[in-house]
Amino acid sequence: MSATVDVTTALREKFPQATLRDSLDHPAVNLPAADVPAALRFLRDERGFDLLADLTAVDWAEGASPRFTVVYHLFSTAGHEYLRVAADCVSDLEPAMPSVTALWAGADWHERECYDMFGIRFEGHPDLRRILMWEGYPYHPLRKEFPLAGIETPLPDAEVAAATGTKVIAAPMAGGPFVASPGEINLTEAEPRAKDESWNERHEKPEA
Amino acid sequence: MVSTNTELAYNSKIEGEVIVSRADAVINWIRTNSMWPMPMGLACCAIELMGVGASRFDIARFGAEVMRFSPRQADCMIVAGTVTYKMASAVRRIYDQMSGPKWVIAMGACASSGGMYRSYATLQGVDRIVPVDVYVSGCPPRPEALLDALMKLQDKVKRERSAKNLLSA
Ligand code: SF4
Repeated sequence: MSATVDVTTALREKFPQATLRDSLDHPAVNLPAADVPAALRFLRDERGFDLLADLTAVDWAEGASPRFTVVYHLFSTAGHEYLRVAADCVSDLEPAMPSVTALWAGADWHERECYDMFGIRFEGHPDLRRILMWEGYPYHPLRKEFPLAGIETPLPDAEVAAATGTKVIAAPMAGGPFVASPGEINLTEAEPRAKDESWNERHEKPEA
Repeated sequence: MVSTNTELAYNSKIEGEVIVSRADAVINWIRTNSMWPMPMGLACCAIELMGVGASRFDIARFGAEVMRFSPRQADCMIVAGTVTYKMASAVRRIYDQMSGPKWVIAMGACASSGGMYRSYATLQGVDRIVPVDVYVSGCPPRPEALLDALMKLQDKVKRERSAKNLLSA
């Protein structure tokens, strides 16, 4: 917890594989996936980063390699400093990352959400189920190739689907997402609206 | 012939304790004035629904203040909020558990059409899974708008052929 040696230097002394990561705000490091549990344990126990403030991932889009990067935001409640740790998943097709639930119980739901949205498997997680979408949903919605509107799939509940004849449909975007016009124009004109309002559920989008 | 009776109210001495009316009128009168809502509060609109129930707007004036958290005791489901696909099954099942006659108010843009959530996770209008009687626009609707919807629903119920429906059921 001593502030005499700054945390990235101390980390790199202990884990020479770690490299500095470009950052506009807090100190940040890159780590190989295999070193994540050991390095985070070191940061928690030796450097006082006792709070896992966030755990998320970045999808660098199809074709990029490495494609998935898991990002940890650590906070020290005693030293009042943040640290960002990023680790690339080794596989681009079946991304995986060691779980840190043994270090912070709070990582449990973060990792489940990350798995749900990006399809990254957290190895050693006690209960890796989807958390937002339902069990059996075939996609990972925050992946770059997944359209915001969604993809047609059956409803989660087969009985309700049979009774109502409803499916999960691609949401009609009707020119959305809705955007506000910037600049010094009056509020009525600046208010968020779809860029192209000429089509909706009933009027098909005209062929370009 | 001009009646000499100037009484405006029901007077049992004059009427001989008999009231003549239509079954529909009586049944609908009872139904409209004690419509117990099932508060299906799923997002921000539920806050306005609470406002409607509180003293300033006071939905009790329309006989609908008894929010029932058991679908078995409710007549009117007020879907107040964003319905996700994951929640849709639960909404439909709760609707199925309500005993008839039952009505549905879709409160707000989200419940009516998916609202601003044009996304993979949101049901694009609760009318895809339950029959909706009244839609309320707004994001969120003002409490007065929900009261207006309730009055619209009451008008609608007053026009129902209740006796015929009961006998044919
Ligand atoms: S209509 Fe608006 S206020 Fe109501 S649930 Fe949707 S976003 Fe919230």
